[in-house]
Amino acid sequence: MATLSRSGVEHVAHLARIGLTDEELTRLEGQLNHILEQYEILSGLPTDDIPPTAQTIELENILRDDIVRPSLPLEDVLGNAPAHDGAFIVVPAILDER
Amino acid sequence: MTDLTRLRAHEMAALLRSGESSSRELTEAHLAAAERDNRALNAWLTIDRERALGEADAADARLGAARGGGSAALDRLRPLLGIPVALKDLVSLKGGQCTAGSRILEGYRAPYDAHITERLRDAGAVILGKTNMDEFAMGSSTEHSAFGPTANPWALDRVPGGSSGGSAAVVAAYHAPLSIGTDTGGSIRQPAALCGIVGMKPTYGRVSRYGIVAFASSLDQIGPLARDARDAAALLHVIAGRDERDSTSSPEPVPAALTALPASDDAAAANLRGKRLGLPREYFVAGMEPGVEARVREAVAAIEAAGATVEEVSLPHTDYGLATYYIVAPAEASANLARYDGLRYGPHHAEGDVLANYLATRGRGFGPEVKRRVMLGTYALSAGYYDAYYLKAQKVRTLIKADFDALWAQGFDALVAPTSPSVAFRFGARLADPVAMYLSDACTLPVNMAGLPAISVPCGLSEGLPVGLQFIGAPWSEAELFGLARGYEAITASADWRSLEPTELALAADPATQAPAERVRALTIA
Repeated sequence: MATLSRSGVEHVAHLARIGLTDEELTRLEGQLNHILEQYEILSGLPTDDIPPTAQTIELENILRDDIVRPSLPLEDVLGNAPAHDGAFIVVPAILDER
Repeated sequence: MTDLTRLRAHEMAALLRSGESSSRELTEAHLAAAERDNRALNAWLTIDRERALGEADAADARLGAARGGGSAALDRLRPLLGIPVALKDLVSLKGGQCTAGSRILEGYRAPYDAHITERLRDAGAVILGKTNMDEFAMGSSTEHSAFGPTANPWALDRVPGGSSGGSAAVVAAYHAPLSIGTDTGGSIRQPAALCGIVGMKPTYGRVSRYGIVAFASSLDQIGPLARDARDAAALLHVIAGRDERDSTSSPEPVPAALTALPASDDAAAANLRGKRLGLPREYFVAGMEPGVEARVREAVAAIEAAGATVEEVSLPHTDYGLATYYIVAPAEASANLARYDGLRYGPHHAEGDVLANYLATRGRGFGPEVKRRVMLGTYALSAGYYDAYYLKAQKVRTLIKADFDALWAQGFDALVAPTSPSVAFRFGARLADPVAMYLSDACTLPVNMAGLPAISVPCGLSEGLPVGLQFIGAPWSEAELFGLARGYEAITASADWRSLEPTELALAADPATQAPAERVRALTIA
């Protein structure tokens, strides 16, 4: 299986949206590759005809009635947000022009 | 006067019904112990004295009214009424903190109760506070908590196991007779084993996870920790069952037998007679401590002597469990933890544009183990690697589950195995090598992969530290597992080690004793 280069670690950190220091990147490169080596045992096991298991209980298509219920109190929810404006949570702009 | 904190929950319940004690007295005694020892143990992240005493007084009012109504009214009371309980700090308790052991949830206040919190309130239990844990339940030692490690009450320089290390330590140290943990790869059973108490991971889907901080959604399950099987079963009975807010919670009926485990040792021991148990040879893993193997083999011999048959069996894909788990769990974690963006709750680090904010908030908010796992999961799910890692792991998961299914088809009632390959290890012993830490769960994580119930019970000491014995069952066989656990308790009721309690309680109570974080710093410098 593949090994992760330094730039590979940086790419994964970007995908995961985690800012890492140079020291963390160096440490993670070693540790992640050591863990990836443990995964190699799996490549020796033939699984072509084996279906994947995503969950272990036989529940499917669980439905419930669509009943209108009160939402959480606004003040409790907004109280956790770093910034709010009236009933809205303030977030950074995602488009250049406002 | 007897120390109320040394009693089992069912013994406390009897005192409450007779009026010999009150929930306020019980709660005060446990709070005092928790407040006294917490500097040395760091097992609690919050102790909520006022809330707990309020709940105790409400329970006492109901108890008083029932006593006025005679024995019929007392019989109708729920078993946990007025009994103190601890919650792992990833269970939502309205208005309280819920850190999941992470800086990224510091300051967050849960705006609602988890389903199991509602169930505990309905049952009249007294919630004392929230316990320490590995960050987002990722770890086997509680050293990955952002709020410092928890010490093991049996040896203050050793870990209590994890990730539910706080929940195990508070029960072992007599701060609460009952606690709630969660188990994704062993996080209830392994700390129960290392702290010398009982811990059960129920069948996947048995308990609603509404209001619980998610780690790996196809594996996570909530369960009880206690000092004996009867208490743990009674707690599971309160929290188990279908809840429509968690679509993975099962409509499978909750067995009434959970509240009717035999009180008499003779009746409990009789339950072992004629049982057919499998002993999976692969669970005696390379590197298992000889003392642990010896205690487990002695326990198996005792169970055979009590009339059960134990046959060596094989779970041939066990060796693939660790790699499979460390693909599936981090992959699911990387998706679940994507929600921590610092916008709606938790600390927010504004560093410029949206991307810079995310990088700063998540880079500073997550600890090293969480970063490692989110990175692993992100990699395993990323373009070009999905088939090689995640899909492959899901296929191997099928094989791991099939190993167990084959044994149930052969008529085995349950499997008996070690819980952890080692006793409690010293602070720092496995921190530098993540793979060494991951091996702590070699005997527990295949059970999560297969979605099965399993219980860990104490089976003696090795080098003065507790060893855990694990019973693993077919789906929905919790009542049968508790029957086996209770039977094993009964046949070892007079064993010398049963009368021992954690050896460093006096040291924990000494205000001059170092806090775990100070001890770890001293170790690092030395």
